[in-house]
Formats: sequence, structure tokens, C-alpha cells
Amino acid sequence: MNEHQHKEHSLLAADFNRNEPRVNWHDETLWWVRQKRDRMAWTLPEWEALREAASCIKHNVLGNLHDYLVEFERNAQQNGAVVHWAANAEEHNRIVLQLLREQGVKRMVKSKSMLTEECHLNPFLAENGIEVIDTDLGERIVQLAKEPPSHIVLPCIHKKKEEIGELFHEHLGTPAGNADPQFLTAAARQHLRKEFIQSRVAITGVNFAVAETGEMVVCTNEGNADMGAHLADVHIACMGIEKIIPKRHHLGVFLRLLARSATGQPITTYSSHFRKPKAGQQLHIVLVDNGRSRQLDRDDFRNSLKCIRCGACMNTCPVYRRSGGHSYHNAIAGPIGAILAPNLDMKEYADLPFASTLCGSCSNVCPVKIDIHQQLYKWRQVIVQEGHSKPAKAASMHAMNMVLSRPGLYKAAGGAGRWVMRAMPAVVNNKLNPWYKQREMPEAPKQSFADWYKKNRSK
Amino acid sequence: MSSREQILAAIKRNQPEQQELPVLDSFRHTEAGDPAAFRKVVETLGGQVYEITSYTEIQPLVAEHYTDVTRVVSIRPEYFPGAITGWQEGDGRQLEQVDLAIIPGQLGVAENGAIWITEQEIEVRVLPFITQHLAIVLPRTEILPTMHDAYARIWSPSAGFGVFIAGPSKTADIEQSLVLGAHGAKSLTVFLIG
Amino acid sequence: MKVGLFIPCYIDQFYPNVGIATLSLLEKLGCEVVYPQGQTCCGQPMANSGFEHLTHGCNELFVKNFQDYDYIVAPSGSCVLHIKDHLHVDGKEDAATHIRQRIYELSEFLTDVLKVNNLRAKFPHKVGIHQSCHGQRGLHLSQMTELVAAPFSKPEQLLHMVEGLELVELKRKDECCGFGGTFCVFEEAVSVKMGKDRIDDHVNNGAEYITGNDVSCLMHLEGILRRQNSNVKVLHIAEILNHE
Repeated sequence: MNEHQHKEHSLLAADFNRNEPRVNWHDETLWWVRQKRDRMAWTLPEWEALREAASCIKHNVLGNLHDYLVEFERNAQQNGAVVHWAANAEEHNRIVLQLLREQGVKRMVKSKSMLTEECHLNPFLAENGIEVIDTDLGERIVQLAKEPPSHIVLPCIHKKKEEIGELFHEHLGTPAGNADPQFLTAAARQHLRKEFIQSRVAITGVNFAVAETGEMVVCTNEGNADMGAHLADVHIACMGIEKIIPKRHHLGVFLRLLARSATGQPITTYSSHFRKPKAGQQLHIVLVDNGRSRQLDRDDFRNSLKCIRCGACMNTCPVYRRSGGHSYHNAIAGPIGAILAPNLDMKEYADLPFASTLCGSCSNVCPVKIDIHQQLYKWRQVIVQEGHSKPAKAASMHAMNMVLSRPGLYKAAGGAGRWVMRAMPAVVNNKLNPWYKQREMPEAPKQSFADWYKKNRSK
Repeated sequence: MSSREQILAAIKRNQPEQQELPVLDSFRHTEAGDPAAFRKVVETLGGQVYEITSYTEIQPLVAEHYTDVTRVVSIRPEYFPGAITGWQEGDGRQLEQVDLAIIPGQLGVAENGAIWITEQEIEVRVLPFITQHLAIVLPRTEILPTMHDAYARIWSPSAGFGVFIAGPSKTADIEQSLVLGAHGAKSLTVFLIG
Repeated sequence: MKVGLFIPCYIDQFYPNVGIATLSLLEKLGCEVVYPQGQTCCGQPMANSGFEHLTHGCNELFVKNFQDYDYIVAPSGSCVLHIKDHLHVDGKEDAATHIRQRIYELSEFLTDVLKVNNLRAKFPHKVGIHQSCHGQRGLHLSQMTELVAAPFSKPEQLLHMVEGLELVELKRKDECCGFGGTFCVFEEAVSVKMGKDRIDDHVNNGAEYITGNDVSCLMHLEGILRRQNSNVKVLHIAEILNHE
């Protein structure tokens, strides 16, 4: 058995399922987002053509990533930005820390950036005496709760409003027992306005970076990226190297798809195009690899780099909806997280590609047409080949294969009992049998189909 | 070898064969955008639209529909005679107490209610975000059908900062309940002129 | 037209009636059907668990058993999809390719090859269709709700030909039931929860029977229904189409 820092997905998911009404609530909430996405998609007859175009543009990016990055860097520098390159999470965090130390700040605001989550920037800065205030409402909520986001677009989708009311009461001094979303949002607005006004440095993520213009597009509904970046003396934009797109007009394709796929809105409230620092401001762009160039080399998995982080695959995933984002023990949960994570640490995330029924819904909603469920299947093969499967599972698979590839043995085993179930680990009619725990075993018929056929049809 | 060289070398080594970019012409439209469709989307997003024929209609409409507005910034004096002056001085924080900002929009997009605004018009970038309420004055004739048509118009950036704004600031982070007024403007009014 | 009948292992062992219904239905429709003795499994349980490299034996056996037929038909979308996507045998690639191109799930064989437009079948009950994912999203037996595309459904098309049968509308037309191969035991909690939710959707909409094109999903749903002492029964689509 591998030594993991975390419980595996199946165990964390089982924990989540102890409270069934809550699972129902989580499932229904996300299914509602999926339905909003469907309704929005159906308003555009050209929806499938748009997905195809987006996928092709991203494919072009993967094939020209070197040149596009160089072009982006050159244009960004001409625009007055400082471009930094980070080979991994550690270097990214060091660069950011250095910039913050130069400014002498102890507290600063950050808008949503899954990359900084991936790099675990907040805890790193905290260790170095700098407090990061997450300004996306959902992110601020999970930050106050000392939890990671459970969804890349809806960070606190796992939290009930009463729990949020509690948190705000404790940390922001709102009246106890008030759990009205309108009221709590207003309280957060006031609290975070103070932070925006005080903060001299702002970190933002990046949704798209345009090679042609050297600009970065950041999409939010709340306006927190803009409040932070426009008020700060120093704007630090952190992005994965795969965020590049070739030309400005390609944004037309992506901005049509992103919010419709993510939340079922026609577009986010704000799609901000940052090209030059404002007068007197510093603009720093940190380009981060952290395993992306390695993923680029994997034929079967490079398409995962097309991801625009809309979260549609999570909302549609029947497993995600019923296991919760934290069960994936990774910054990015759900189907997309399960194909990105093994590239970062195969052993640590060996369970994630198995946390799926391979139903394929994720691939169908993906706005850039990543073959997510096929990659899950392929990761399973790689993980087993690399020796990260459990010995018991491997043994049962070898036993199963032994029987299934030999008709004589198969017949004998079938005659002797129900081999399908027996080939699976610990299968007997008791509580240790994972099938039997909440399901009856199939009833044993008197004869197999093969026996019947022999009696009734064989000449 | 620096990280830059290292990363670029790895990418060069690993990137797949390049594929042509798709042609996007089929997504373009030749006709103008439909103001009625634009209006409908803006309203769905929680904004209000008033069709006006003259700037002089703005001030009475503001008086009628905003009860809590005293400090008004107007990018052009003709939008709102008597608005605050000298608001441009400072790093943006001076705008913290602004109740309403009235700014011009360059173009609107009928499919999603987005309006393109650049630093050239607004001068202080934070203005449309920090103000409690936002109003955008947009010529009726400047509505385009889709984002593709919008980018065909703004394909070459002229300003250091530009933003599409679609509706008021909002969040649904608490149990997916939609709340207007997260961090940016709590309301959006569009004055469609022409 | 010589049809090779592929009866996947768990159908052979646990649901022989599904095999019998499939065979008699095809015979009724005028096909010459042969069930090659000595067949076992498509290899999917191993492959989906990450052990595709162990499936050579199954693949060789499959090619040996089915290379000589005009068509291969099976009452399981999932197994058919696995063969279509993964059947390869060194030195016998032509035969493997023939099989990959000529293998059909039962209902698509009826609608697309036999072009059946009426059936001698009667089943006066309220029935819900469980769209198995591999049949639907893999073999395109019906349109997927995620796509902006014209709806169609081959199983529905066939069930409409059955006298007295009333199809119930579901709230979620094509949500996965949670079987997922070994997922059903390794992720027991989520698997069962998914199954319960699927069942609720059928029950809430008045289904007396749940049918589908994959016995594996139905076996999972049946296990939960029986544990719940429910009156709702599962039947494979072949059993309904063959019901007179």
C-alpha cells in the first residue's frame, strides 16, 4: 500500500456520504448550475462549432507554445511589464515573496488564481510573515474557515449559508444567526473594501494572455480583481504558461464559451484587459511551468493543457457532485483535476483517475473538448504500469484474467459459483463485501446461458 | 541555465506538431446588433436600460431612480451638469466615496449585454469598479451582435486597459443565491442614446 | 447474414434470460445466429481498472471466436464499446479490425442494420429507460443532453413499437447510475448513492420497470431495488422487445 499524505478519494467520499441530505443538497445545487449551462449553450445554435474552434485554437497554441510565449514576453515588456519565469511552484512562490519584500508589505489582496492554489502560495507567504487576503467572496469564506476551495469556480459550494453566517459572526462581527446571503455579501463588501483601500500590492490570476498584444484578460463577476489591481502600486499577475492564446480576436471565442460553460451566464460581469501598468504602477507577470512542459510531452495527456478552468466538468460529474471537492485532495478537484494531478505527483494522486465511472459527461461539456474520460482511462493504465496500484487489486485482476482468458477454467469457475463476484476483493455475503453492504447480490440462476444454449440450440 | 531558458527549451522539445488556426469568419455577422436583444440581456443581468434622445434626459432620470446619490462623477459635463470636478487627482482612492459614475461606452454586444470601456475615456481605471453605482452612456448605433463582431472592431488595442462590463457586480458564492453588488458597482444603468 | 452472438460473461452467469431473449429476438427477425462456444469476456473489467496489458488472452480468444461472422451482436453497450475501442491482436489485426467494425449493440443492430420498424411485442407497463453511458456517449445509441444537437434515441425508437408500453419521462435523462465496473466496489459509497438517485428518478416518475441496454447497470440498480424491497423491477431491453 502506498503511503499517502491523505486518505484516498473513496474514503473521503464515503465520509462525505455519511450525511445523505447534505449530499442531495450538494448534488442538486451543482446540477442546477449544469442546467443553467445547458440553457445558455442552447441559445447559440453554433455552440458545437464554437467548442471545436476553441479546441483547435488551443491545439495550435500547444504546437507553437515556445514562439507564442516569446512573443507574449516581448510585447508585455514593451508594454512596460516585468516578466518572470518560474520552473516550479517553489520558484513561483520565491519570486512573489521577493516582490513583496521589495515593497515591504505584510498584508495584501489576491483575487482568484487556481495557479496560486496549485503552488500553495498562501501558506508559503504566511510562513514568511505575509498575510494574503483572498478577495473573491467564496475564497474569502473558505479562507476564514481554514479550508481549501472545493471547486475552481464556486470555491465554497460545499458550505451552507448558516455555516457562513457563523464564520462571519466570528471573524467579521456580524450578528449571530444571520445567514441571509444578501446581508452576508454586504458585510463582506464592507470588510474587503477596507482591504482593497489599504493594500499596496495585488495579486491576480490570468484567464487568457494574448501573444499578439502582450495583454492579460481576467474575468470576474465580483470586480475584485479590478478593485485590487487598479488600487495597488504593484500588480502581480500569476499564470500558467498554457494560458496563452495567439491573437486578441480569439478572445471572442473563449469569452463566449467561458461563462456560459462555467455558470450559465452569457459572460462574466467584468472581462478586464490589462495591457500596460497604470501610470506610476509596476506590473509583474509570473509565467509558471510547474510540470506543464512535461505534460506537453505526453501524447495522451497534453490536451489537458487546453483547460480554461470553467469547472463545467465538475458540475456535470455525477461522482464529484456526490463526493465533494475536498475528496480529491488536490487544488483542482473533479474530472479535470483527476487528469492534471497525476502529472504533478503520480503516487500521491494515483487514486484520482479511478474516482470516475468513465461516463463521459465531462468530455461532452468541456468547452475546449478535452477528452477527459479517455484520459482518465489512460492514466489508469499508466498508474498501474508505474506500480502505483494496490497489491490486492493487482492480484484480483491477475486472477480474473487467468479465468477469463481460459474458456475451460471460466466454465469450471462459473459452475462452481459466481466467479465475477469472487474475483473481486473480499466478496462474500457479509458487511465486508462492498457490493453487499447496500445491494443484494444477483440471484443465482440454475444454468448459465452457455448451458442453456447447449441444451436448446446445439446441433 | 535560467528558468526561462530551461522552460523554453523543454517546451520546444516537447510541443507537438503545429496545427493551423481555425478560420472564424463564419461566426461573424454583417447586420447590426439588435438594441432590443441587448436591452433584454442587460435587464436579465440585473441592469436597467433607458432609451434617450438627448443627454439632458440623464439628470432627471438619475434624480428619479436613485435616492441615495449625492456625489456624482461624470466623464463628460454634458451628461450631468454640476458633477464633481477634480476627481481625477490621486491614485484612485479619492473615489471611494463616489455614489454614481456616468461614463461613455464604446460599443455594446447584443448577445451578452457587455459594453466595452477603455482607460482613454475613464481616465482613472478604478472608477467604474469603486463607484457605488455605474451608468454607461452608449450610442444605439454602436451595438454589435456578438463578441466576434466586437473584437473585429477592437482587434488592435489603443489603451493600456480595457474592460467589457456586463451588468452590475454580483456573486452567487453563498449557496448559489444571486446577490448584486459584490465588490464593484451595486447597480448598472445603461443610457442608450440615439 | 451470419450473426455471431456475444453474451458477455456476467450475462452468461447471472442473467441467462437476457441471452435467451436476445437470441430468440434475432431469430424471430430472420437472422442466422450462432453462439460460439468457449467465449468469456471482452476484457473490460481489467482494462478499466488499468490492466489493459493483461487483456491479450481475452483479445485473442475473442478474435478466435468471432472472426468468421458478418456481424457480432451483444446485449451490452459497454462490452461492445470496449471491443470497438480496444480490440487488437498482434498478427491478427485484420480479423480484429473486422470485428471492431462489425460489432453492434443489440438495439443499434435492430435499428441500423436490420432496420426494424415493427415488432411483435406487447408489454403493457410503465417503463423508464436507463441510458447506460457507454451505450449512449460511447456508441451514440441516443443523443446526449450535454450537446447542442438534435435528439434521437434508438432504444426509445424500438420501445415505441411495443404494444401497451408507456415510457416515463425522467428528470435527468442520462445521468450515470454509478456502476462503473470495479468502481461499484472500490467507490462503494458514491456508487450506491448514484444508483439510489437514479432509482428515485424512475420511481418518482411512476416507472414499474427500469430497462436499459446494459445488464451491468441493471444488475447494480436491481441490487439496490431488492435491498429496498421495491416492487420496481429491472428488465433488459431484449426481454421487453421479445415479450409477446
